[in-house]
Amino acid sequence: MKQRNIGYKIVMYVLLIVLTVITLMPLLWMLSASIKADSEVFSLNFSWLPEVPRWDNYSRIWSKIPLLTFTFNSVKLTVIITFIQVVTSSFAAYGFSKCRFRGRDVLFLFYVATIAIPWQVYMLPQYSMMNKMSLVDSHLGYVLMQSFTAFGVFLMRQFFMSLPNELLEAGRIDGLSEYGNYFRIALPLSKPSVATLTIFSFVTIWNDYMGPNIYFNSTENKTIQLGIKMFISQYSTEYGLVMAASVLSLIPVLIIFLSGQKFFVQGVASSGIKG
Amino acid sequence: MILPSLCMKGEIHLEARTSKKRMSLNARNTLVGLSFILPNFIGFFIFVLIPVVFSLALSMAEWDGYNPMKFVGLDNFAAIFKDRVFRGSIWKTAYFSIFTVLFSMCASLGLAVLLNQKMKGKGFFRCAIFFPYVASNVAVAVVWNFLFMDIGPINNMLRSIGIENPPGWTASSDWVIPALIIVNVWKNMGYFMIVYLAALQDIPESLYEAAKIDGANSLQRFKSITIPMLTPSTFFVVMMLTINSFKVFDLVYLMTQGGPGNASTMMSQYIYNQAFISWSYGRSSAAAMILFLIVAALTALQFRLEKKWVSYM
Repeated sequence: MKQRNIGYKIVMYVLLIVLTVITLMPLLWMLSASIKADSEVFSLNFSWLPEVPRWDNYSRIWSKIPLLTFTFNSVKLTVIITFIQVVTSSFAAYGFSKCRFRGRDVLFLFYVATIAIPWQVYMLPQYSMMNKMSLVDSHLGYVLMQSFTAFGVFLMRQFFMSLPNELLEAGRIDGLSEYGNYFRIALPLSKPSVATLTIFSFVTIWNDYMGPNIYFNSTENKTIQLGIKMFISQYSTEYGLVMAASVLSLIPVLIIFLSGQKFFVQGVASSGIKG
Repeated sequence: MILPSLCMKGEIHLEARTSKKRMSLNARNTLVGLSFILPNFIGFFIFVLIPVVFSLALSMAEWDGYNPMKFVGLDNFAAIFKDRVFRGSIWKTAYFSIFTVLFSMCASLGLAVLLNQKMKGKGFFRCAIFFPYVASNVAVAVVWNFLFMDIGPINNMLRSIGIENPPGWTASSDWVIPALIIVNVWKNMGYFMIVYLAALQDIPESLYEAAKIDGANSLQRFKSITIPMLTPSTFFVVMMLTINSFKVFDLVYLMTQGGPGNASTMMSQYIYNQAFISWSYGRSSAAAMILFLIVAALTALQFRLEKKWVSYM
């Protein structure tokens, strides 16, 4: 019995390691290409480490394009949008789950129904509306269009639904208003869900390509994803630079993910987005 | 006869008083409730709901964004259905979606089951598998385009194991969609793995123990406990995957731009091309409506079938 167990364990570990290596391979390749010269990137006798690592790829990207401005724009937009999304979504979710009033569930149905509407369906009218309001090619327009999602409300509501009403009733008896209940009781308890939504929003906005691509024309407004793409069209041969910029662009999402990671599985579990 | 009617009068009076009180309480509750929802709802209403409705109107108009709009009825729909590229895009989207949903679901379920066991280093493995999900599409597209090149690592490997004519992947019109399916499954399986992991942790250990006592082997336990207990999650996973793959855009646009030729022009790419390349807002919106109808019909169908195979505890 014990021997069989060990055999099973070995098979499992080997399987997992192979799967992990396959999954990480493209990203490892990215890392390796980011310190290579272009001739080496496409060289037939492939090696993971170049003979002379080109660390200066990482410094050259800053001067080839205004990457610093792009990075700053990305950070600014991502932080603002994530913040608005998390705050308004969790606020609305509390209203949808813990306040009783007529028409609440119908209104919520509208929200949920829009999750199934692809952005492409309304991207065009949204664009012409923004155009009318002169909000195209401005950060404000992009923030307004990305900040209010049904998904965030849905995710947070699922969590609040699992919160026992007695807890809030006790708060009311102790003289807390509905807002007091939200800030003192519901919000602190929803940490895993907040972490989950933060990771989702952050990753989505940071990696968004289509939105900025349609909305931002002037260089000073562009984001880091558009910046990486600029290398591809202008300096299509310089794969090393593309990869160096890509590697750098991964760092912020990695930090956010790793710092929220311990809440993450728990958050998915408690917010019930598993179904 | 008099007495009961008096009583009734009194009752009515009482009822009226409490209902008045209830109404003001109701009004207050409504106000408080709305105040929670409003900050999100105002933005959502202006920037999502209005454009959605407007898009329906646009689908029946001719407009280039500048000149006055002209009502044309269903002409746009007739025009796109005559367009071979559009008809093709529907089949390509369906082809892409069916396999993406199927493979992503199997991969994420398999990985979740593997990583739900007691073992060392599972945190590391989970992070590693999840990692592609947080990587940006721009970077992912460049890497995979390289990996798929004819002299790239994948084909070199295939040649080394004796396959003389490896597929042309993104350069070939037959292989471009399978290539996109591979990248899409790779990118998203980590996310759905987390969804399954969360659900697996909710299955009570006692069920497995009871089955063990009854002499069920591990395959039987998987078939009769794990799979049924996971059906609610599977429902969520299949629904989200379907929606996501029907609206796939970024990755395809960045990897192939719908090419070679129109071999990977799926519906969202067609919508984009009509709007931002041909400047035909009407046709773009008409195609968007078709996309919406398909996604809505599939979602409704899934909810209808839900009762048949999803078991809630």
